[in-house]
Amino acid sequence: MSKYDDLVAELAPRKFTKLGVSWTIGLAIVTLIGIAAYIDQIIKGQIVTNMRDYVLWGVYISNFVFFVAISFVGSLTAAVLRLTHKTWRTPLVRIAEIIAFAAIVLAGVTIILDMGRPDRLLNLFIHARLQSPITWDVVIITTYIAISALILYIPLLPDLAILKDKFKDNWTGIWYKRLSLKWKGSVKQWAIQKKSIKIVAILIIPVALILQTVDAWLFSTTFRIGWDSTNLGPYFIAGAFVVGVGGLISVTYVLRKVYKLEKYITELHFDKLGKMLVFACLVYLYFNISEYLLPAFTAPKAEEAHLRELFVGHYAPLFWFVTIGGLILPIILLIFPWGRKPKVLFFIAILVVITSWWKRYLIVVPALLHPFLPVQGVPESWHSYFPSMHEWAIVSGTLAAALLIITILVRYVPIIPIHRTATEMGILPNDKDEQS
Amino acid sequence: MKKSDDKSRRSFLNNGLTIGAFSIISGSLIASKLFGNDEPDEELVEVMTTEGDIIKVPASEVEEVPKKPAYNEREGFANRKFVMVVDLAKCRNALKCQDACNKHHYIVGDNAWLKVYKMQESEQTAPYWMPMMCQHCDEPACVTVCPVDATFKRRDGIVLIDNEQCIGCRFCMAACPYSTRVFNWNDPEQETALAEEEHPAEHSADHCGHPSIKGTVDKCDFCPHSIDKGELPHCVAACPNDVFLFGDAYEDTVTNGSGQSYRLSELLEEKAGYRLMEGLGTEPSVFYLPPVDRSDAFEDGLKEYREFNSVKKPEEL
Ligand code: SF4
Repeated sequence: MSKYDDLVAELAPRKFTKLGVSWTIGLAIVTLIGIAAYIDQIIKGQIVTNMRDYVLWGVYISNFVFFVAISFVGSLTAAVLRLTHKTWRTPLVRIAEIIAFAAIVLAGVTIILDMGRPDRLLNLFIHARLQSPITWDVVIITTYIAISALILYIPLLPDLAILKDKFKDNWTGIWYKRLSLKWKGSVKQWAIQKKSIKIVAILIIPVALILQTVDAWLFSTTFRIGWDSTNLGPYFIAGAFVVGVGGLISVTYVLRKVYKLEKYITELHFDKLGKMLVFACLVYLYFNISEYLLPAFTAPKAEEAHLRELFVGHYAPLFWFVTIGGLILPIILLIFPWGRKPKVLFFIAILVVITSWWKRYLIVVPALLHPFLPVQGVPESWHSYFPSMHEWAIVSGTLAAALLIITILVRYVPIIPIHRTATEMGILPNDKDEQS
Repeated sequence: MKKSDDKSRRSFLNNGLTIGAFSIISGSLIASKLFGNDEPDEELVEVMTTEGDIIKVPASEVEEVPKKPAYNEREGFANRKFVMVVDLAKCRNALKCQDACNKHHYIVGDNAWLKVYKMQESEQTAPYWMPMMCQHCDEPACVTVCPVDATFKRRDGIVLIDNEQCIGCRFCMAACPYSTRVFNWNDPEQETALAEEEHPAEHSADHCGHPSIKGTVDKCDFCPHSIDKGELPHCVAACPNDVFLFGDAYEDTVTNGSGQSYRLSELLEEKAGYRLMEGLGTEPSVFYLPPVDRSDAFEDGLKEYREFNSVKKPEEL
């Protein structure tokens, strides 16, 4: 069994190196600055933001949409790959689920940051009104948090049992033991686990689709030019697919490098992920054309003004950066096999994630600057919007917090499923196939 | 079109509310009144018939119904449907409406609830002044999207906000196509504005801004607190040009600041009244009369026009 011990040693969570520690501390500091800025916002009111009566939603909401979007693939690809029994998924699935979990938790937090009266949060339940898209959002986000946690946790049980033995002289061992829920790997336990995973994996697909759609409906249930579009649901789903795969590639690349997992996460995996990304980008391109190009042909005056602002106006540099950098360039580069080599792919993925973040900003902000009636009788500064220092601090705090959750999970959870890898490598008997 | 002679500003609602508050003791009295058998030496009071005509009857024949029907600020007045008419032909951007509104709602922010827009659809069309306030839609987009029932529509047609329930998500502001909602981004500095108040302000949805609450939404409330006292909304009473008319659609009557009453249906018919963004299906309660036959040049209004300011600071007043 020495081969098995080697494997466990290689895949079990490891203590942070110096670099890991400073990275974690850095994230914690950024998060704390965000919390401090938020406390200040609570005290002074949202006057500390640059949102005003016309641009009534800003970077908080676009950041929220970003988190919701990136949480999509984590679970959906994971679930789809599970259900289609693709074995190459094994080293990627857990990373995807960790990202999804961290992102959706922060999405929930971010929406609270935007509320004028977070102290009345419970009103969302006490006085909930079913016809409001925000109520749908509350229901679906909490559901998604629960399901993401389950789809991360249930497949983890066999590994927790392995780790319990490995770290038995350590305080972590106690926790692994508690969390492993007396996992012994009996036939009955495997049967229950397999069934539970299947249920959750099936359940998460509609829930993830509804989540993205409801998120889109937050906008398309209003009359606003640029939001009032039936295209928005699928457009958001496609966009979530893109940023999700982008996020997965980025995190996977970093972990592979830091933990030297080249043996388990090979170029083949990156090639497959690259193909997924280009496919996602192509679908997204299609929806972008329906969202921006098609309306340009029949645009009434107000819509034309909105589109002009994006194509050649104030937001044009950002719009083209996002469109070319986040969509067209990846499509071109990823068609070539060298574009799907880990390093190149990593840079493309990072670009995709950054442009996706700004893309959400472009969906939220410019539409608010073009109300039906002219903007009059308000201070000149209200005619435009760019986030304030408080908003940047808070948003950076949420992004750092998401990375912090990922980092902590990576520290204590085997990012590559140990038991499953062992089975697939033939180190452990394969009698309970498809168990995770 | 029937006009009442009485120019008192209170008359509109006295007319309107008499139906609820008084009843005429003798049925035959109306007949005798209509057929002209007056008893001249008695004190006369005005009442409105079910037809909407204003008649005078001796005070002795009128009995006060002691209790007003129980009024609930969420439900509103029973059997009423408040409407407003804005006559763009008369508006010269005097902004007295805005000043009165700001004053009586203790508005201290940077965005008034009632704004007079300088409108011009295109270079080829004529410019005009357009007062804008909450349209109190019958299909209010804001109410549909509010997740916590903080903004609500009453049976009398008024859309209000319960600032003690609002969570400040601003979804209603995103949903409103008329951009009439205003957010309290910080703690409203109403101390001086409210200091003139006799009673310490206690929030009620009935009187928005009294006081305003940080992190929640405010907007034009159609002044139910004035209606309750038998008065016209502040903007209507304050306008020197009788641009605004306010009244009850069920009674088919609207009254302007000078106390003249008109038939709503006739007014809309004769002057081709319309509503804003009818195509959206929001069914507003505010009607506009087109800016035709204006006696004053549009340019006269420019004196008062301030592009970046709609709430005068104390030192400007
Ligand atoms: S801001 Fe307040 S009134 Fe408006 S939708 Fe949100 S909770 Fe309702």
